[in-house]
Amino acid sequence: MIRHTAAELAQKIHSGEVTAVEVAQAHLGRIAEVDGKVNAFLHVDTEGALAAAQKVDDDVKAGRPVASPLAGVPLALKDVLTTEGIPTTVGSKILEGWIPPYDATVTRKLKEAGVVILGKTNMDEFAMGSSTENSAYGPTHNPWDLDRIPGGSGGGSSAALAAYEAPLAIGTDTGGSIRQPGAVTGTVGVKPTYGGVSRYGLVAFSSSLDQAGPCTRSVLDAALLHEIIGGYDEMDSTSINAPVPPVVAAAREGAKGDLSGVRIGVVTQFSGEGYQQGVLRSFEAAVSQLKELGAEIADVSCPSFDYALPAYYLIAPSECSSNLARFDAMRYGLRVGDDGTRSTEEVMSLTREAGFGPEVKRRIMIGTYALSSGYYDAYYGSAQKVRTLISRDFEKAFGQFDVLISPTTPTTAFKIGERANDPMAMYKADLCTIPANLAGNAAMSVPSGLSDEDGLPVGLQIMAPALQDHRMYRVAAAYEAARGPIGGASL
Amino acid sequence: MPSISRDEVAHLAKLARLAVTEDELDLFAGQLDVILQSVATVGDIATADIPPTSHAVPLTNVFREDVVRPSLGQQQALSGAPEAEDGRFRVPRILGEEA
Repeated sequence: MIRHTAAELAQKIHSGEVTAVEVAQAHLGRIAEVDGKVNAFLHVDTEGALAAAQKVDDDVKAGRPVASPLAGVPLALKDVLTTEGIPTTVGSKILEGWIPPYDATVTRKLKEAGVVILGKTNMDEFAMGSSTENSAYGPTHNPWDLDRIPGGSGGGSSAALAAYEAPLAIGTDTGGSIRQPGAVTGTVGVKPTYGGVSRYGLVAFSSSLDQAGPCTRSVLDAALLHEIIGGYDEMDSTSINAPVPPVVAAAREGAKGDLSGVRIGVVTQFSGEGYQQGVLRSFEAAVSQLKELGAEIADVSCPSFDYALPAYYLIAPSECSSNLARFDAMRYGLRVGDDGTRSTEEVMSLTREAGFGPEVKRRIMIGTYALSSGYYDAYYGSAQKVRTLISRDFEKAFGQFDVLISPTTPTTAFKIGERANDPMAMYKADLCTIPANLAGNAAMSVPSGLSDEDGLPVGLQIMAPALQDHRMYRVAAAYEAARGPIGGASL
Repeated sequence: MPSISRDEVAHLAKLARLAVTEDELDLFAGQLDVILQSVATVGDIATADIPPTSHAVPLTNVFREDVVRPSLGQQQALSGAPEAEDGRFRVPRILGEEA
């Protein structure tokens, strides 16, 4: 039961072949069986999941229409989205035990759609990281090889999918935190167009880049989930007031296997030094398959993409240094050192010191530096100009091509601990994913098989212009059908 | 020459309200120096004629009608507070001794 796609499970539940409660119990059982090894979940809400599933079963039994095409299907929610009455930690000690008094819009939409939320998934603290090793609650392990990282920051969500603990998950992607974990766990991860999914209730890291999106094991499942969580929300002032792109129709169209007339650009910057040979060979094989499906493929150069990584590691820390000022030990979360003798400012500093991990502190200080007078122009100001150049390169490339492709990550999953003491080496895991965040357009990762040298999953990244998310779904679905199954983690 | 000194890191930590330890200062000074030297390459292509982009979506102010709507109650708003008293957030002293 746990190996089915979400679409298959939904069909079985809605036709009465199985109950949503049975499906939820099967996944809760799987979590109990394997999560001791994987550590994908920070909190499992057995009671809430079974109650939500029962509601769907009641609808089916009474012959009422189900709430959505995914009603009754279980989901793992990244612990960065607030859940009323259920702990939300963002992988940080500073929010340990915090119970939000409200639901994020994404959470609310999932509940209204009858999706069964199994629990909250592990992540790099405040979504800052590429390996989930920065979680204050211990690392998540990659189900394909428990000694390796599952990617980050949303390693818990992707690992839950790869370990068959859930058929659906939600991640958030600021510099690749949905796509990179998707790539290294052999799962699908989508970063929708910026503003396509509400950020209300998404604990902010870098507000101009953060975007929630679907994580699944199939392209169609991602599309179905995308249409549930997407759409305008007046509670998010950066939400785009436009209809959700027709991603489900595009995925179904793509699955027919015809990409005649689709123009695909291969970004030449994402190759060469630092790229694992097995990753590049997997990518070349994907390019050949896309050609066989009828796509017209040519190289395209986006020279400013070479500067995306440094620009990102100025812009994201700058925004985070401002956003995380709200953790002041006064209104919610941890408070340390309030013994009656210390001032508010001292308590604030002691609390933030005790509550934040090293990567969060590093980024807060980088951001504070980049925004300080005297350094602003050279650092933050220049990074904003690079952002303009990246948008221009995308615009030019999308003038010639419908979608752009690249490997999602330069390497397959690395060993836990391998890059823990080398922040720059860690940052390079996001080399290929960052440009889409800076420009705000849509991008996704779809598995392109296993690397021939280490047998680990590789991801193909597909990027589309803003609000043209359906284009990448069509290409991804066609490619997925041609590629065939990649197998699964033997956990 | 390092682009950032240990003293500067200590100053940043103070500005950011982080009571970092001496050991952390040693660690962070080295790491921040490597990171800042690496990200400084943005200056290579950021010429004066390029306008900055702060946001991918062109933003304008978003308004709604000024009408009362349901919101968090006092109890809910205080539910996560480290300390509360008389329906308010209780905070350590804000003013100095002399006040």
